[in-house]
Parts: sequence; C-alpha cells; structure tokens
Amino acid sequence: MPTSVPTSWYLILSAILFGLGVAGFIFRRNIITVFMSIELMLNAVNLTFVTFSYTLKQVDGHIFSFFVMVVAAAEAAVGLAIILTVFKNRGTLMIDDVSSMKY
Amino acid sequence: MTALIFFLFAGIAVFCGISLVAQTHPIASALSLIGVMGSLAILYLQLGGEFIAAAQMIVYAGAIMVLFVFVIMLLNAGAEGTSLRVSAFAKYLGMFLLVAFLGLISFIIQAMLPRTEGVVFGAFKGGTTADVGMKLFTVYLLPFEVTSVLILIAILGAIVLARKEI
Repeated sequence: MPTSVPTSWYLILSAILFGLGVAGFIFRRNIITVFMSIELMLNAVNLTFVTFSYTLKQVDGHIFSFFVMVVAAAEAAVGLAIILTVFKNRGTLMIDDVSSMKY
Repeated sequence: MTALIFFLFAGIAVFCGISLVAQTHPIASALSLIGVMGSLAILYLQLGGEFIAAAQMIVYAGAIMVLFVFVIMLLNAGAEGTSLRVSAFAKYLGMFLLVAFLGLISFIIQAMLPRTEGVVFGAFKGGTTADVGMKLFTVYLLPFEVTSVLILIAILGAIVLARKEI
C-alpha cells in the first residue's frame, strides 16, 4: 500500500460518485430518491472543487464549494415543498405516475 | 497513514453511494447519503478544507438531510414496488457497462493529469475559516450578497408551495 495518494485519486472517487448519482437519477422511480441522487452529484462536484483547491494552493475552490452548498440548501427547501404539493394533489411519489404535467 | 484514511473513507463513500442507488426504501437511501457526506467531510479535512468540512457536516448532513428525513416521514413513503419493466439481462448488462464506463473515466483522469506528489495532510493551510472569510468578504462579496437574495426567494417559494390551498 502506498504511503500517500496522488490528487488524481480524489478526482477518480469524485467521478465514481457522480456516475452513481447519474445512475440513481435515471433508474430510481421514487421522487425523493431521485432528489437524493442529485445531492450525491453535487457532493461529488464539491470534492472536485476542494481537490483542485489543494492542487493549486488557492482557497477559491472552497468558496465555490460553499456556494454549491448554499444553492443545494435552497434547492432542497423548494424541491421538497414541490414534492409535498405533488403528493397532496396526486397521492403518489412514483415518477411514472406523475409524468403528465397536467390532467 | 494519509493513504489509509483515504482508502478507508473512499471505500465507505463508494459503498454508501452504491447503497443509496440500490436500496428500495427512501429512509435507507437517506442514511446512505449521510454516510457519503460524512466520509467526504473527512476527505475535505485531509485536503486542508477545515471550514468546508465543518460546513459539509452542519449544512448538508445536518440541515438538508434532516429536511429530507422529515419529508420522508411526513409522506410515510414506503418501499418502491418492483414494477421495473426491464429484463434481468438488461439490468446486469447495465451494471457491467456502468462499471466499465467508470473504469474508463478513471483511466482517462489518471492518464491526463500530470504526475503530482501525493497528498500530505497539512501541506495546504489556506482553508481555515479566517482565509475563507477574508476571500468571501472581499473578492466574492457580490456573489455572497446575491446568494442571500436567493435564500430569501427560496424561503418565500417554500412557504407559498406549502400553503393549504394549492
């Protein structure tokens, strides 16, 4: 086992997590799980920002990552409110059943 | 030691990520996502991002995931049914192709990036709260203020959407 890992391995981990997020986004049919897959993708991108921040010895990547977190918080608040409204009107959470925009 | 911590927490992150996609119950997926976020916070700390690691735990694993778990419990969401209209062959072929795709991406990243020395804990000390704050309130002041407007709009949107008569 090597004593230290190169920064590219962090980027590979980020790519793997992003790929898993895309797979979950495409294949899951519960709206909440799809939403959580989006959060997983955002986390993977944050890891890339922090890794490049380490490589370039600049703090800017941390600030972008912080902005991504803030936008994710806003998105989660509005998105979960939309999910609540959809559940109140349609009574289901499966995206196959809510594929039409309007009755 | 650095490599050991990286492999341990990268393994936990990938395992929890697979668990997020594979579990059928939303609560299990939410707990897996918390596992991913916690292990990523450790990796941020290793890369010198003290502030961002703390923000990851407080904002993501704390606030956002509590919101998710609240909504899952409020809607009483059960496990997904097994009405997936694909054959078992397509499922396994898809898994194999996903692994092959991720391996290809890993190879390209490994081949494209220049050779760098390994990550050493403490080599980058510019990620403390003081450094982030200095940059955030000088160079990135305008985006920061715009973000506060975005948060205000999100609050208003959430309140309007959660009213009774929609």
